[in-house]
Amino acid sequence: MKLDARIPEGPLADKWTSFKAHAKLVSPANKRKHTIIVVGTGLAGGGAAASLGELGYKVEAFCYQDSARRAHSIAAQGGINAAKNYQNDGDTVFRLFYDTVKGGDFRAREANVHRLAEISNQIIDHCVAQGVPFAREYSGYLANRTFGGAQVSRTFYARGQTGQQLLLGAYASLNAQVAAGQVRVHERTEMLDLIVVDGVARGIVTRNMVTGDISSHFGDAVLLCTGGYSNVFFLSTSAKGCNGSAVWRAHKRGAGFANPCFTQIHPTCIPQSGDYQSKLTLMSESLRNDGRVWVPKKAGDDRPPAQIPEDERDYYLERIYPSFGNMVPRDVASRNAKNVCDEGRGIGETKRGVYLDFSHAIKRLGVDVIRDRYGNLFEMYEMITNDNPYETPMKIYPAPHYTMGGLWVDYNLMSTIPGLFVLGEANFSDHGANRLGASALMQGLADGFFVIPNTLGAYLAESKAAPVNPDNQAVKEAEDRVRALNQRLLAVKGSKSVDSFHRELGMIMLDKCGMSRSKEGLDEAIAAIRDLREQFWSNVVVPGDGESLNQELEKAGRVADYFELAELMCLDAREREESCGGHFREEHRTEEGEALRDDDNFCHATVWQYSGEGKAPIAHEEPLVFENVALTQRSYK
Amino acid sequence: MKLTLEIWRQRSAQDTGRFETYHLADVSTHMSFLEMLDVLNQDLIAKGEQPVAFDHDCREGICGTCGFVINGVAHGHLKRNTICQLHMRHFSDGDHIVIEPWRAKAFPIVRDLIVDRSAFERIMRAGGYISARAGSAPDANSTLIPKEKAEAAMDFAECIGCGACVASCPNGAAMLFVGAKISHLGFLPQGQPERDERARAMVSAMEREAFGACTNFTSCEATCPKGISIVGIARMNRDFLKAKVLGGGNLGGKG
Repeated sequence: MKLDARIPEGPLADKWTSFKAHAKLVSPANKRKHTIIVVGTGLAGGGAAASLGELGYKVEAFCYQDSARRAHSIAAQGGINAAKNYQNDGDTVFRLFYDTVKGGDFRAREANVHRLAEISNQIIDHCVAQGVPFAREYSGYLANRTFGGAQVSRTFYARGQTGQQLLLGAYASLNAQVAAGQVRVHERTEMLDLIVVDGVARGIVTRNMVTGDISSHFGDAVLLCTGGYSNVFFLSTSAKGCNGSAVWRAHKRGAGFANPCFTQIHPTCIPQSGDYQSKLTLMSESLRNDGRVWVPKKAGDDRPPAQIPEDERDYYLERIYPSFGNMVPRDVASRNAKNVCDEGRGIGETKRGVYLDFSHAIKRLGVDVIRDRYGNLFEMYEMITNDNPYETPMKIYPAPHYTMGGLWVDYNLMSTIPGLFVLGEANFSDHGANRLGASALMQGLADGFFVIPNTLGAYLAESKAAPVNPDNQAVKEAEDRVRALNQRLLAVKGSKSVDSFHRELGMIMLDKCGMSRSKEGLDEAIAAIRDLREQFWSNVVVPGDGESLNQELEKAGRVADYFELAELMCLDAREREESCGGHFREEHRTEEGEALRDDDNFCHATVWQYSGEGKAPIAHEEPLVFENVALTQRSYK
Repeated sequence: MKLTLEIWRQRSAQDTGRFETYHLADVSTHMSFLEMLDVLNQDLIAKGEQPVAFDHDCREGICGTCGFVINGVAHGHLKRNTICQLHMRHFSDGDHIVIEPWRAKAFPIVRDLIVDRSAFERIMRAGGYISARAGSAPDANSTLIPKEKAEAAMDFAECIGCGACVASCPNGAAMLFVGAKISHLGFLPQGQPERDERARAMVSAMEREAFGACTNFTSCEATCPKGISIVGIARMNRDFLKAKVLGGGNLGGKG
């Protein structure tokens, strides 16, 4: 597997301009001869389908939801970053670039991150033009707020629904191209395999989720914009349908998978309340501005919070990190919550929770100020938990939220399979080992609206592929694989449901490959996953058939892939003998117990090559070269 | 708590469908309504029966995927709520709960509680957008928008496209949905160039579908999980009338 990142020559700030100036183009008359397949219709996929349609390409777009508008980008709350410097507070493209690289603990690719920062401003312009109703000042100018990991105010937002509004903007642009006849959207259609002809990605095999029909679709390039794989943990903040099957099946066809162990566990989520729990809900990290995190000093202290006196409480973030206190980055806050719960000091019914207490802030600022700042979040919390945060502390616990790892891509967003491009959360390139808040929306829109329209043309201009013959052996094989897998799942006819296996897998992953990892634990996890996977294939029950709507069959295929992906995550976590960002290896910590990077040996992306069922995957490395930032140890004491 | 559920079961659009009764013995008050159905489905799978099919995704009340009628009310009896955010503590031990899919001619049943809302897609594709090509926008602050206009646009932009308005309307009208999009874009300066054409095209597309007309029952507003105001319907009618009667707008025409 050859890893050529194809980073343009020249100074960092000129690379993207230089790329655009020299990239080969497809003439307007020829664009309409190209069909592009786009899988996923979130910010990356919706944006790509719309902008490629605008350029004149024919686009076939696919989503598993009943409408392109429902992709999970919609659930993002906080905002989207841009280096506009509208606040005159010293922001620049370089500063946004630097914050993002540092926030990712120096495990992202410099050139990609700089391009992202450059494009950030264009994104805001475009979204406003689409009719996204961003928050405004009374003067009519756009408003900003401050977000974690930055000392400038650069986050644009639309109430607590920024993701929804941005997605509706992309969806509107997509609809305009459907109306223009450039794009066709296939809803309730799931990609189940990639068609590779003569080493080049030329199409996908899909299943119509209503009729069960398996069919093939061909194009001159395939774009995977299918999001992350947090649902490998079963409980996460992802939508229930989010899955890793598109990227995993592409991986099995030859696409390298980079840094699969880089996952983000977000510190402020509502804890699990019982075994029936189906997903976890995020509470914005802005709450930590005024909320104080604590647990009882004594293990097993079951008193209600109001009865625990001040001197018997441990405000552990303030104690351990006096200078950053409750505002430490996500990875640090999550890890410490886990530690105090492991010590038996967790709170709530499940003992996996910590308090986020607003009583001091209410005393200091008054209830009106707190209501003004967090009213809608408090309401949402009360709706779910039936607790009133004005009167009693919130209970929170970390939850899987985002995956920084993904399919490896070069500067042009192309994977190791020519013609297969990967955009947004599905790729690995921009967030390193930890993602900062308000940067996922930025990346999705950047990749979809502004990067791929330039880089795809450069690829197509040089590729001379003939139309795919539907009778080609590769097409038949891909369709057969999909049918065989579904048949195999239906034929087990065991006694345990898909969900019960998925829950068990999630528990192994959260315990051994979550916030804290060790070689010993990862060895155990790999053995346990293999064992559970064997049980799955001998005892899973998938009711119904493949020829009609069958939600259990849909889930079964995804969980089958999660078993394989989970093992690779553990392997990757075991191989990376250092701690960085969200990847914390217990063996590699500073004397104070903080993450200890090893830049001499691990300043690279690990890219895994699939080598067949039951065979060990092969690890490759892309060295990460930092020419514009100094690698420093992050400290928040 | 113990619950008796009466759920609409229908294998496909061609099937006639019927209510089936199920009993759940041990429902926690902490569960969401969908988690309660998850538990039922696990029971059904264990018994070798077909689980109840229902649409759902984010389970945070924002994607608009979930939705069905609970005891005659779209999204259940709690105001400004989607089913995924409706918790079982709002029900009592021994309750008898009737669950049926969105009932509207324009939303054919796909299976059990799942309906086909593609009519909404066709309306949106007729004109629910601003034609802004990527790369052509001026600086975002070059167009100032008074805060109150931006807020009003946002009020209507909050629509999640779930279809509760149609399901709760005695006429099966989609006017709150269409009015919300027309109002969202109509409040913004960027939405003005295509405003007349948008109203004409979207209303025409709506009329081509099997939706009824608005007769001011306002049950749509009452059940809307985002509290979208029927003022949106008035704005839609005004924009449509203006476009139609006064003949304003683009001369080319799309609708």
